Amino acid sequence: MTSVAYDRPSGDFKTSYGADTTIFPTRTSAAFCVAGIALVAAAPLYLDKYGLSILIQIGYLGIAALGLNILVGFTGQISIGHAVFFGFGAFASAYLNNNFGVPVFLAIPLAGLATTVVGLVFGIPAARLKGLYLAIATLAAQFILQDFFARATWFTGGVAGTPAESLSVFGYAFNTDARYLYVVLAYVVVMYLLATNLMRTRDGRALVAVRDHYLSAEMMGVNLTKYRTMSFGVSSFYAGIGGALYAHYLGFVSVEGFTILFSIQFLAMIIIGGLGSIMGTLMGTAFMVLLPEVMAALAGQLAGSPIDRALGLNEGIAFLREMAIGAVIILFLIFEPDGLAHRWRQIRAYFKLYPFSY
Amino acid sequence: MDTQLLLQLLLNGLIVGTLYGVVAMCFVLIYKASQVVNFAQGEFLLVGAWVCWWLLTSYPLPFYAAFLITLAFMMAFGLLLQVVVLRPLIGEPVISVIMVTIGLSIFFQALMKWMFGVFAKPFPPIFAAQTVDVLGLQVQTVYVMSLAVSLLIMVGFAWFFKFSRMGLAMRAVAFDQQAAQSLGVSVRTVFALSWGISAMVSAVAGVVVGVVNGVSSALSFFGIKVFPVVILGGLDSIVGAVIGGIIVGLLENVAHYFDSQFLHWGNLYEVAPFYVLIVILMIWPYGLFGTRDIERV
Repeated sequence: MTSVAYDRPSGDFKTSYGADTTIFPTRTSAAFCVAGIALVAAAPLYLDKYGLSILIQIGYLGIAALGLNILVGFTGQISIGHAVFFGFGAFASAYLNNNFGVPVFLAIPLAGLATTVVGLVFGIPAARLKGLYLAIATLAAQFILQDFFARATWFTGGVAGTPAESLSVFGYAFNTDARYLYVVLAYVVVMYLLATNLMRTRDGRALVAVRDHYLSAEMMGVNLTKYRTMSFGVSSFYAGIGGALYAHYLGFVSVEGFTILFSIQFLAMIIIGGLGSIMGTLMGTAFMVLLPEVMAALAGQLAGSPIDRALGLNEGIAFLREMAIGAVIILFLIFEPDGLAHRWRQIRAYFKLYPFSY
Repeated sequence: MDTQLLLQLLLNGLIVGTLYGVVAMCFVLIYKASQVVNFAQGEFLLVGAWVCWWLLTSYPLPFYAAFLITLAFMMAFGLLLQVVVLRPLIGEPVISVIMVTIGLSIFFQALMKWMFGVFAKPFPPIFAAQTVDVLGLQVQTVYVMSLAVSLLIMVGFAWFFKFSRMGLAMRAVAFDQQAAQSLGVSVRTVFALSWGISAMVSAVAGVVVGVVNGVSSALSFFGIKVFPVVILGGLDSIVGAVIGGIIVGLLENVAHYFDSQFLHWGNLYEVAPFYVLIVILMIWPYGLFGTRDIERV
């Protein structure tokens, strides 16, 4: 998973630890990030409402997916229940706002914290379990919380769902896509910077050590229980924030959306993006958000053609999307297990070395 | 107290429990032989049931012929899956392998929905008599059949692993892969065959459930329910799988009984096994019959 060989193909000239743990490995990569943020910030100028809604989706899903990547990609723990934590964040934020009058801009981080607490409760097994046992425990969490959502009418509104007000600060309402985009963008930047910083600290390195060889990590003084639980908590926090942003964007949260399929979509995002890659998470999220849109467009193109009539492409588009999720997971794991982030590094290295690649 | 209802539910629990036991056995078979946690076990039931249903409804085949063709198809299906998808992943981390089976599960679930629709379709009736009388309780004939088939499969498994050459080879591979390999057991064949057998036997369970309840994507939920069962029984124990299956089946129905009589929470039937799962994982992660993992460095 190391990126050194691709970032600095002619050798590693670092002389201090400080230089080795900068946020941006090169000045160009920093410039790229700033340019990317500027490009998104200017999006309302050149994108229509549909394009903006896709960007916002990538934003809040990307935050939640980053949480999952910290858990799966960096700590090597697996979770098949991420969607319910995302959902819990959504409900918690709406609940705090509707019932206690907590302003939305405060309710979002509070929802993140509430989700962390719930995540830690289910993370207690995580402290003792690893690998597939944890996967099964989170599977149970998925079904228990999903059942809780349907049951707890006071919290989620039951079958009717719960309304969520839009975010406003000092009377300025972020109630259109063009305005909400900046909220999501700000959160994405902050959360991604936080995650990058986490990985530069002792705690972040401890997580990676737990993933790579937990016995060695333990012998070097890394407290396994602490870091496994912590990683579960951090991941839930990210899911909660993502969920809260989702709630206040849609204005309504329904109990039905947070199924195991959604959890698996999160897993697909980080596999496609690259396990253990922070920027890869965003690429994977974009891929997964765009995949159904592209498929719908393709099916629309074929509408009425003999292929469409023979296979029922347009009626079955919902199933085709699910199949694509499954197929993409399988294909990436077999043919590109390091994800899009790896591919991107190779492309970058190619241009850096052009025309003298070795 | 409604004794009649309780008895009926206990009987249901026993019947469903033996089916869980069968599916869990198939799950354990794959886990023991190839150390793969198969999240697509439920899809084996689903695919098998749909194939059998499709054969019965679109061709005038007698039930046993359709059933045998289904078994052959599922054997090939399992083998193919192992060779094409799982074999390239040998030696990859546990996470990748788990994810691949999750991917398979989603893929086939959606494929079946696309091909056959989302609504439950009933099997053509197979037995002349709808119900039989067992100890004063009206029991559907298909339930009796289901119980009989499950028991037959269990006996078959026991025979296969105790006496057949291939079964012994499989146990050898599960016990010590390298030693088995050096004694001339083809580990590749064992891996592939474990998937084939698992898919085939799961399909039997799928057809049985399909005959009882109709075929729908709800069948794949068996693949999820199998986790409480195998964790309770111990991940690598075939006996544990059977006993765990029966316990979970009874537990579900007892939970349902208390729910409908006293608590009125609703949906406890579906969720109770998962609460049990969490508790077992916390206090007893190796289950009733599982082997404790001892790691040496």
